[in-house]
Amino acid sequence: MYRIRFHGRGGQGMKTASRILGSALFAEGFEVQDAPRYGAERRGAPIFAYVRADRRPINERGIIRRPDLVVVADDTLIPVPAAGVLAGLDAYSVLLIHSHESADTWRRRLNTPARVLVLPLIEESADRADLPYVGAVCAGAAACLLGVISEDALATALRDELGPLGEAVVQRNLDKALAAYRQMVEVCGVVTEGREANAADYTPPEWISLAFEGANVSAPVIHAGLTSSAVKTGLWRTLRPVIDYDRCGRCWWVCSSLCPDGAIQVEEGRPTIDYDHCKGCLVCVAVCPPHAIEAQPERTAESLETPK
Amino acid sequence: MSRVLLTGNGAAAWGARLARVDYVPAFPITPQTEIIESLASWIDGGEMRGRLVTLESEHSMLTAAGAAAATGVRVFSATSSQGLLYAMEMLYTVAGWRTPFVLVNVSRGLSAPITLEPDHNDVLAARDSGFLQIHCADCQEVLDSVLIAYRLAEDSRVRQPVLVNLDGFYLSFTREPVTVPGPDEVDDFLPAFDAESIAFRASAPESQAVAVLGGGPYSYFRYETHLALLNGLTVYDEVAADFAERFGRAHPAVEAYRCDDAEIVLLMMGSFATKARAAVDNLRDAGQRVGLLRPRLLRPFPAHSLVAQLVGKRGVAVIDQNISMGKGGVLHAEVASVLYGHKDAPLLVSFVGGLGGRDISPEEFFEMVKVVAAAAQRGEAPPPRLLYTEDELREIRKLQTLAHVERNSLGEG
Ligand code: SF4
Ligand code: SF4
Repeated sequence: MYRIRFHGRGGQGMKTASRILGSALFAEGFEVQDAPRYGAERRGAPIFAYVRADRRPINERGIIRRPDLVVVADDTLIPVPAAGVLAGLDAYSVLLIHSHESADTWRRRLNTPARVLVLPLIEESADRADLPYVGAVCAGAAACLLGVISEDALATALRDELGPLGEAVVQRNLDKALAAYRQMVEVCGVVTEGREANAADYTPPEWISLAFEGANVSAPVIHAGLTSSAVKTGLWRTLRPVIDYDRCGRCWWVCSSLCPDGAIQVEEGRPTIDYDHCKGCLVCVAVCPPHAIEAQPERTAESLETPK
Repeated sequence: MSRVLLTGNGAAAWGARLARVDYVPAFPITPQTEIIESLASWIDGGEMRGRLVTLESEHSMLTAAGAAAATGVRVFSATSSQGLLYAMEMLYTVAGWRTPFVLVNVSRGLSAPITLEPDHNDVLAARDSGFLQIHCADCQEVLDSVLIAYRLAEDSRVRQPVLVNLDGFYLSFTREPVTVPGPDEVDDFLPAFDAESIAFRASAPESQAVAVLGGGPYSYFRYETHLALLNGLTVYDEVAADFAERFGRAHPAVEAYRCDDAEIVLLMMGSFATKARAAVDNLRDAGQRVGLLRPRLLRPFPAHSLVAQLVGKRGVAVIDQNISMGKGGVLHAEVASVLYGHKDAPLLVSFVGGLGGRDISPEEFFEMVKVVAAAAQRGEAPPPRLLYTEDELREIRKLQTLAHVERNSLGEG
């Protein structure tokens, strides 16, 4: 059985990627299962989707613990622990990163047993959550790596999935997906079907017996305010609002009270944005009367940052 | 007939579409919403006849479903979790009205704490309501079960609402190959609803669901409903046999997978049972005689099939994806009750796992089989076990630190 995981951000089309790959495998005669994993998150938050394919009916379901192929649509997710991008990779797995850095760089950085490949970023988009063809591109590259999907099957699958969006959209996505497929021809078929669980030789689960604990400990209660500040929702941001203090008119009640996340603090009339928690919704950009807040792509903003 | 990739939600919607339902009272709730969205778009686009109305709550939705069914039209509705519980008063009520319709529930764990992923405490809260219950393990079964459910509900020997259950995420959002039968084939299997005496109409007064004072009349009506559900066992077998003959897919009241020569049996319901199926294959590859039993029908309870399958086995791991607070796994108690007094009944070991969508790994299935085999050898069952690992306890300790639990435990809160 093939087990494939796609990692990206909400809005980058990971569900579409999994569906294109799933449909392509189905068109090639495989039994298929594909599913996105949503939580309570939104655009920009880490999400993943997965695909299983086998010649026999598939009984496994749910999250894939030991993937044969992991495709990362957005390399900024790799260091985000909550994204779990590297989980379960072993020496038999392939890790494909959509990135403008080289495979060697990633190999050095990650120290993973998996085989690391890079799918070069075709174009830089202003908004990472809005890379227009990233779903199709990732599906196209993955299709080639599996080595069991023809270009025709990929094209049929892409048409099935994106058809309702109109011929122009289909054609643009198809061009990108096929280009990505062809970029991978040298490593076509590098992904192999994973091994099945072995009931004769397995590591037993470390079960424990839960003991009683009083309700003061065991009730689902948060015994303090503001604990959500520990969750750095700023990691979901793909565009960063930056205040130009030369233009800022200090009408702080506007931006600070309209920020839905309470991420704008005011001291002596001067607004500052808490980037640990600003989710990049850009409401502040829209409401600022003198247009003193600019939206910068996160990657550009990061590179401009002065090292602390 | 075509074989396409569909989610469980999509399969449920296709079931309703092929059943040519007349009326769909609806209310959205995750992870069920895609079902009513699909139906709404088909009706809107003229691909499907019928009328979809959004109500202001699940309570009203169920009232509308029961009331519409009392007029003799074919009714479909869907909900999940908290929504099912919010409608609970009306679930019991409309079942007492003896009105046939189909309600799909997409299982999701109950609050508190609130969650999105599945277990069966929501649908089991409706266990005693008078709805028949079919539990699905894959997306194909969802579509097929909706069709079977209408035949079952509308049969004059039953005439009760039927609940079709599928697990959130694991089926609702998961695409699998599903054979969508052609409309003509379905029409032959499930002709238009012949409502017979069900004809509640304006200007033709009838009192539905009257009040009774005194336990005698009340007992009569309640027990008649119980008997109608028991009839469901025979009717189900007939309908499933007819379905299998026409469509080539067997959906027996109890799925028995590699059970014939099995010594140890895994017993569980819902989509997680397919994980157990995979584990059975792995265990068989390793030379162990293990099988899986999966009740598809929970109400009426297929006691005879279960007893026939279980008597003579050495041990059974009953894996409950639910928990009855203060008792334990619901299925365990139900299976134990039907085996009581049977000579050669197997030893039952109770496991609770998969709460709130918690995964059950292949290794855990292997280990459960090992525990059951050892227990059968000793002739004594170990205490019930929650599938819960040391890592998971470490994780909750971390969350408790974030939640400042230590303040309380130190008596400062
Ligand atoms: S709304 Fe704009 S101008 Fe007013 S305080 Fe905020 S950033 Fe400055
Ligand atoms: S983009 Fe602006 S309004 Fe939105 S969360 Fe960040 S600071 Fe608040």
